[in-house]
Amino acid sequence: MTGAPLLEVEHLRVEIPTRRGVLVAIDDVSFSIAEGEVLGVVGESGAGKSMTGAAIIGLLEPPGRIAGGEIRFAGRRIDQLSGEAMRRIRGKEIGAIFQDPLTSLDPLYTIGRQLTETIRVHLGLDGKAARRRAVELLHEVGIPSPERRIDQYPHQFSGGMRQRVVIALALAANPRLVIADEPTTALDVSIQAQIIALLKRLCRDHGTAVMLVTHDMGVIAETADRVAVMYAGRVVELGPVREVVRNPQHPYTIGLMGAIPAIGARRERLLQIDGSMPRLAAIPEGCAFHPRCPQVFERCRRERPELLPAASSAAACWCHGERPGKAADA
Amino acid sequence: MIAFILRRLLQSVVVMLAVALIAFALFSYVGDPINNMVGQDTSAQDRAKLRQELGLNDPTLVQFAHFVGRAARGDFGVSYQYAQPVARVIAERLPATLELSVVAALLALAVGVPMGVYTGLHPDGWLSRLFLALSLIGVSLPTFLTGILLILVFSVILGWLPPFGRGDVVALGWWTTGLLTLSGLKSLILPGVTLALFQMTLIMRLVRAEMLEVLRTDYVKFARARGLPNRLVHFGHALKNTLVPVITITGLQLGSIIAFAIITETVFQWPGMGFLIVQAIGFADIPVMSAYLVLVAFFFVIINLVVDLLYYAVDPRLRLDRGGAGAHGH
Amino acid sequence: MPSIPGCDWIAAARGRMVTESEGGAPGAFGRLLDSDLFWSFRRSPVTVAAATVTAVLVLSAALAPLIAPHDPYDLASLNLLDSLNPPAWRDGGSWSYPLGTDDQGRDILSAILYGTRLSLEVGIASVAFAMAIGVTLGLLAGYAGGWIDTLIMRIADIQLSFPAILIALLVDGLTRSILPHEQQDQIAFAVVVLSIGISGWVQYARTVRGSTLVERSKEYVQAAQIIGVHPVTIAWRHVLPNAMGPVLVIATIHLAIAIITEATLSFLGVGLPVTQPSLGTLIRVGDKYIFSGEWWILLFPAIALAGLALAVNLLGDWLRDALNPKLR
Repeated sequence: MTGAPLLEVEHLRVEIPTRRGVLVAIDDVSFSIAEGEVLGVVGESGAGKSMTGAAIIGLLEPPGRIAGGEIRFAGRRIDQLSGEAMRRIRGKEIGAIFQDPLTSLDPLYTIGRQLTETIRVHLGLDGKAARRRAVELLHEVGIPSPERRIDQYPHQFSGGMRQRVVIALALAANPRLVIADEPTTALDVSIQAQIIALLKRLCRDHGTAVMLVTHDMGVIAETADRVAVMYAGRVVELGPVREVVRNPQHPYTIGLMGAIPAIGARRERLLQIDGSMPRLAAIPEGCAFHPRCPQVFERCRRERPELLPAASSAAACWCHGERPGKAADA
Repeated sequence: MIAFILRRLLQSVVVMLAVALIAFALFSYVGDPINNMVGQDTSAQDRAKLRQELGLNDPTLVQFAHFVGRAARGDFGVSYQYAQPVARVIAERLPATLELSVVAALLALAVGVPMGVYTGLHPDGWLSRLFLALSLIGVSLPTFLTGILLILVFSVILGWLPPFGRGDVVALGWWTTGLLTLSGLKSLILPGVTLALFQMTLIMRLVRAEMLEVLRTDYVKFARARGLPNRLVHFGHALKNTLVPVITITGLQLGSIIAFAIITETVFQWPGMGFLIVQAIGFADIPVMSAYLVLVAFFFVIINLVVDLLYYAVDPRLRLDRGGAGAHGH
Repeated sequence: MPSIPGCDWIAAARGRMVTESEGGAPGAFGRLLDSDLFWSFRRSPVTVAAATVTAVLVLSAALAPLIAPHDPYDLASLNLLDSLNPPAWRDGGSWSYPLGTDDQGRDILSAILYGTRLSLEVGIASVAFAMAIGVTLGLLAGYAGGWIDTLIMRIADIQLSFPAILIALLVDGLTRSILPHEQQDQIAFAVVVLSIGISGWVQYARTVRGSTLVERSKEYVQAAQIIGVHPVTIAWRHVLPNAMGPVLVIATIHLAIAIITEATLSFLGVGLPVTQPSLGTLIRVGDKYIFSGEWWILLFPAIALAGLALAVNLLGDWLRDALNPKLR
């Protein structure tokens, strides 16, 4: 990737104060996204992927708050901006797509109205021009007969169509980065592929970078350039997609890959990692994964590993530290 | 759409008939129907003759049919207490109740909705907390107590406003109005506020609750993620979605104004239908009670019907038009 | 595909699995103290104050026969010469009638204590009555289904479109017109409980019906049905306990409404009579003297009623918020 990264997240820490104490939802997370790059963020439910996206775009639900670290967009720090300044960035520079297209659209407004209001806020066009642009956008995302459907209500569209509308809305002002939070999870499997293909094509055409948050490794493998694997609010592996998928370096990632059925592979049983991801209130000392790790050492229980270089990517595992560990085999 | 209206109409008719049945039972079997219709001095012979003439020896179903027929024409017999046709007694008092109710309803809406929106948008502000505390008192205190306390303060202690009655009224055809005289207006204030208070607080809390819930929806989140300014998010999307259920519930609340008018009229000796029915119950004035039953049921049925139609008109999701529902491919 | 080298998965996982321990106190009471409910209770001073006021009122009402200086029902003990006495701290008052007397010579303080007691008794009885009807009909509707369900729910819907106070008033009026005039005072209590009960059963029925429908589709119920357990037993033993939670919340809120409704009915003259006055009746009496200067007959019962209504409402409000999963 040439040039400075578009988005830089450094040592991000998000806390949620509750009556039982402060929960750390995101603990020292760092990564970056270059212009036009697709970064996949993968992990189980509750690993902190969505919250990272929310923190970046400034829509953390209170009482959650950013308690440390920096987020820089195009070199400029954005994690401490005022509400109004952040609002100007949203939609125009950073867009977002959420999981459920039905609830993402206001049921009482036509999609045309929702499109034109977004266009007018960011591009300053008048009514007619905004509407023209809206029709163009709908056409671009593959809605048939856009001039007619622009005056319809969200409930008159099918799930896949709705998500296309949502994508159109997110890209309306041509943002440089789009945070897509589980964009296909709520859709039928047959439609998922179409939506992912659409997203990929549009972002390539417009040069938009994407932070693709999902728990579906298959989507990541197909779409992303790089991938960050998250576990219990931390990044445990980070690297180019091909490398991480073929040659995972962190025991958790290894487990994830092993749990995917592969056509043609000879194996009697899918690999299963015993136990489950710890709750926020009970994250273990040291490496968060050590209770479930088959290769745990004393050090893992005491010290939390940072991202260490491992093969062609990076993994937060002491196996890759000075202590000799076992190499994961191909 | 037509099916919907027809179904509701049918339901309304059934309800009316059921109520008419109760009223009829009351009229015919509790107390002597002859007494309901003629004065006390009629001789026994005349009564027997009347009994025959009026078909009181006919089968019950026929009598019921006659009752319904008479009710439809507005003939409910003669009041015990006033020795006048019930219809006349009610008609004299109807304007008083209607004026009071409409003024109270308008007041409740004019104050309740804005207060609700404000406390929904600024849930933690001191002003919101104040409004909420006051509203809690408004909801907890029984209406008659509020009325009495208002009389105590404004009539007994301060002597600013009249405690009883309607003041001077002006007759316009068969309608009498207190809105055109100063004393009439002054008399309207305390009862109006008393009647409105309960509704006002209810509306305020309802609007606030709806607003808070709407502000947490995905479409509001998405609207913010698109960078829409607060003005559009709050007073466009949020407000419209808040008001839809509020409109309908408010319409239904209009009905309860009629009910609470009974209490308010009693406290202020306002010469309306509410005061009438209380006296009638105390006096066991069957014709009046039976007429009131039918009238009130009619009124409620109309209100419910209108509100249902209104809901239909406002929420596009309920209008299942054939034009473009869902299945248009992906 | 890589395979995990060496380790025994199971031993590794078991030995290090994070256990779900909260470390709370054992026992039901301990759990109550530690629960979210109690925490939100402690956190809100207003709620604590409301609970205290309610407790004081309830206690004094319950102990009325013991702590009241006079018995307001004992007509023989009333002395007309003592009527219309002002409260003790004003001229003409005496400490044997601390808050003054009404037009019949009744001691206001005693009347308030007994009146509060009556208000609470009517309130609780009405709620119990409404609950009984509502829960039974709800179970019936949910369990039997079919036309019974439709019928009950239709009636419920229709009744819900009328304000409860109106229904209570009309039931009251109807009952009174049916009954002979002389007995009205004696059975006023029953009439009022009946009226408020009938006006309030719907919410219980709806909630219980909902719970019943949910439970009925669960496998343990189907299993019981297959074994041949009688439907009533199933309903009573299995379905009902699961439905009771929300029912109790409704009951608490309903109690406040019932107290206010009774007060309103009494104020209008169709509730409890003067010979057995509740707080509403006392206010009705006091209302007549509002201009002639004997303000104490009105004010003290009014304060008592306002306090009771506010306190119970605040408690109900807090309970509803605390148990509402959406607001957490």
